[in-house]
Amino acid sequence: MRELFPAKQVMGFVFSLVLTAVALLVYFLDMSFTTGMTILLITAFVQAGLQLVVFMHAGETKDKGAIYTNIYYGLIIALVTIFGTLLTMVWDM
Amino acid sequence: MDFFDRFAIPHASPAIYASMVAIVLTSVAIVAGLTYFKKWGYLWREWLTTVDHKRIGIMYLLSALLMLFRGGVDAIMMRAQLAAPESKLLDAQHYNEIFTTHGVVMILFMAMPFIIGFMNFVVPLQIGARDVAFPRLNAISFWLFFMGAMLFNISFVVGGSPDAGWTSYFPLAGNEFSESVGTNYYMIAIQIAGIGTLMTGINFMTTILKMRAPGMTLMKMPMFTWSSLITNAIIVFAFPVLTVLLAMGTMDRLFGTQFFTTENGGMDMLWANFFWVWGHPEVYILILPAFGIYSQVISTFARRNLYGYKSMVWSMVIISLLSFLVWVHHFFTMGQGALANSIFSITTMAIAVPTGVKIFNWLLTLWKGKIVITTPMLYSMLFIPLFTIGGVTGVMLGMSAADYQYHNTMFLVAHFHMVIIPGVVFAMLAGLTFYWPKMFGFMLNERIGKLTAWIIAISTLVAFMPMFFTGLDGQARRMYTYSEATGFGPLNMISFVGALGLAAGFVLLVYNVYYSTRYASRDISADPWDARTLEWATHTPVPSYNFAVEPQVSSEEPLWDAKKNGHELFKGEYKEIHMPNNSGVPFIMSSIFFVWGFSFVFSLWIPLILATIGIFACMTHRSFEKDHGHHISVKEIEETEEKLRGA
Ligand code: HEM
Ligand SMILES: [Cu+2]
Repeated sequence: MRELFPAKQVMGFVFSLVLTAVALLVYFLDMSFTTGMTILLITAFVQAGLQLVVFMHAGETKDKGAIYTNIYYGLIIALVTIFGTLLTMVWDM
Repeated sequence: MDFFDRFAIPHASPAIYASMVAIVLTSVAIVAGLTYFKKWGYLWREWLTTVDHKRIGIMYLLSALLMLFRGGVDAIMMRAQLAAPESKLLDAQHYNEIFTTHGVVMILFMAMPFIIGFMNFVVPLQIGARDVAFPRLNAISFWLFFMGAMLFNISFVVGGSPDAGWTSYFPLAGNEFSESVGTNYYMIAIQIAGIGTLMTGINFMTTILKMRAPGMTLMKMPMFTWSSLITNAIIVFAFPVLTVLLAMGTMDRLFGTQFFTTENGGMDMLWANFFWVWGHPEVYILILPAFGIYSQVISTFARRNLYGYKSMVWSMVIISLLSFLVWVHHFFTMGQGALANSIFSITTMAIAVPTGVKIFNWLLTLWKGKIVITTPMLYSMLFIPLFTIGGVTGVMLGMSAADYQYHNTMFLVAHFHMVIIPGVVFAMLAGLTFYWPKMFGFMLNERIGKLTAWIIAISTLVAFMPMFFTGLDGQARRMYTYSEATGFGPLNMISFVGALGLAAGFVLLVYNVYYSTRYASRDISADPWDARTLEWATHTPVPSYNFAVEPQVSSEEPLWDAKKNGHELFKGEYKEIHMPNNSGVPFIMSSIFFVWGFSFVFSLWIPLILATIGIFACMTHRSFEKDHGHHISVKEIEETEEKLRGA
């Protein structure tokens, strides 16, 4: 019975709902812009990681090396793009 | 009649009306020809529904050649207009439309299908696979690209061409300054083709990572396969930016959003920023497979293994990362501070280092080699010095302070043509000549081929070197004319002569195809160049299953091992082979995409909704379809192999 019950997936599902609820609070509660953005960014990244690992099965197969390399590569490029854009379009204008 | 007014051309001319007539006549001729020779069934069964990577590759290459001529005619018109001061051949509006079309067609509908065509034809053969990982998806990629290209190409006769440059910067590309539907075509047609390219990226990454022959570890992959892997990784990371950007641009133009407007919090330069976040990696998407082809050709005809295999691989990996860190060098003059410009200047110069490493590797391969000059080798040898001119001027442009002098002048135009033509176009012509016998079973004439290579190389110099000088003297880019007093006249005339030379070179290429089709011997071996990698280890013509027995690999040159060191390539017996079935759905779905795009361009919402439903219907059909492919029996394999060996 234990093997049949997808405990990891159920926990993951509950946790992702919690993350969504926390993100929604930013809309319903009155808080400063900085606090709001911080909460949104953190919940967004945790949520994305959770989906990848628990529901898209990253890391469960032999080619997990290739999969994680790709994810980290994508992450680096996304961050460079965002911060590079902020630098040229906002901070150093 | 009101309804039809929207399809009229806002800025017509006799040349455009003549083109309309020509398009109609050609279409009628094609339909009549197909009917008369009863080729409709053949076309549908063998080409429109195929999922075979070799045929899809050939269709990509044919489309690319077609687009090369479309873009080339645009180029000749521009050079003719600029050949003399105060010329009245074209007016400003036509000139704008022509350079926009030329840029988009050459980059997205000529260079891209060229490299993807070679990846399709060569990569599965080179890694000893029977097809790509997702053959059906591959067909969808091709047909989406094709429909996107066709949609873009009809713009000049239905509704008007885009005219805001191939970079389509806002606010110029916004509704206020670009009133015609031209820029809608730009947004939607590139979107459709781009989705196809993104799927190609995923498909080939999977293919290369998962389907290599036994024994072919990553560090034993042939160099073209390596360059394709890296290229497809860049595609997967860069193209989503373009997809989102075009969607935002479309919304600004059609639904009144304010992403790139100059008021209400819009940011016009954000378009330029994200365009180049995609655009710079895009130039490396074009050049890396070209480098891969040069590597194959140079090691084949220097008759030795590639010098510095590992450093070649690492320099490509580094290029792939750095190519995402340099985009701001395309708009150093936007007005940002010295800090941002300095950072991007440094990353730009850094990227020249791995590129230089590759040049030295080729030189050192040649150094110890026994060089055989064939047409593909001639292109590769001409590429090295010419490309260096483009590369060095690129470093000059990369210095942000100096770029205030060069930016948006003919100097820039000369730079990127000196990298793209020797870098990409020469590689494609080298690859075409090199792989021609594998594709079509006969060789292109070597004497005409070499003559073509020389004409194209010399004309490239004649056409583009003068632009460096007029650019430094201040001739601006994208200006349709200049006054006599500027003194730009003579150099521009020389440049026009070079452009005519290039045209002559391409005509000679076509003549070579015609001549060789008629006269070349069909009695050639499967390995006419004495090459080194697996694509030459199977028969010509390549059977649908590529390899009857899966090849065994123990180095990056398995065929050479087999020829010289007694390596046994094909161990074991014939087994039943499982192959995918043909399908008409990719073609049908992409045709619906064409209707979808056309409706979007003209804001015809009801056809748009119907087309959207049609697209989803195709996808639903695929989800519920039971298609397990077909099996080729051992007996059938034996017969095919017998026949091909005899031939
Ligand atoms: C037949 C040889 C060619 C000639 C004579 C030629 C000539 C020109 C000219 C005159 C311009 C416009 C300069 C201006 O801004 O006023 C131009 C722009 C451009 N060309 Fe070419 N070209 C050729 C081949 C190519 C090829 C093979 C490619 C790409 C693979 C290419 C890509 C571009 C691009 C991207 C632009 C910029 C368009 C824009 O500014 O919007 N060209 N070319
Ligand atoms: Cu760049």
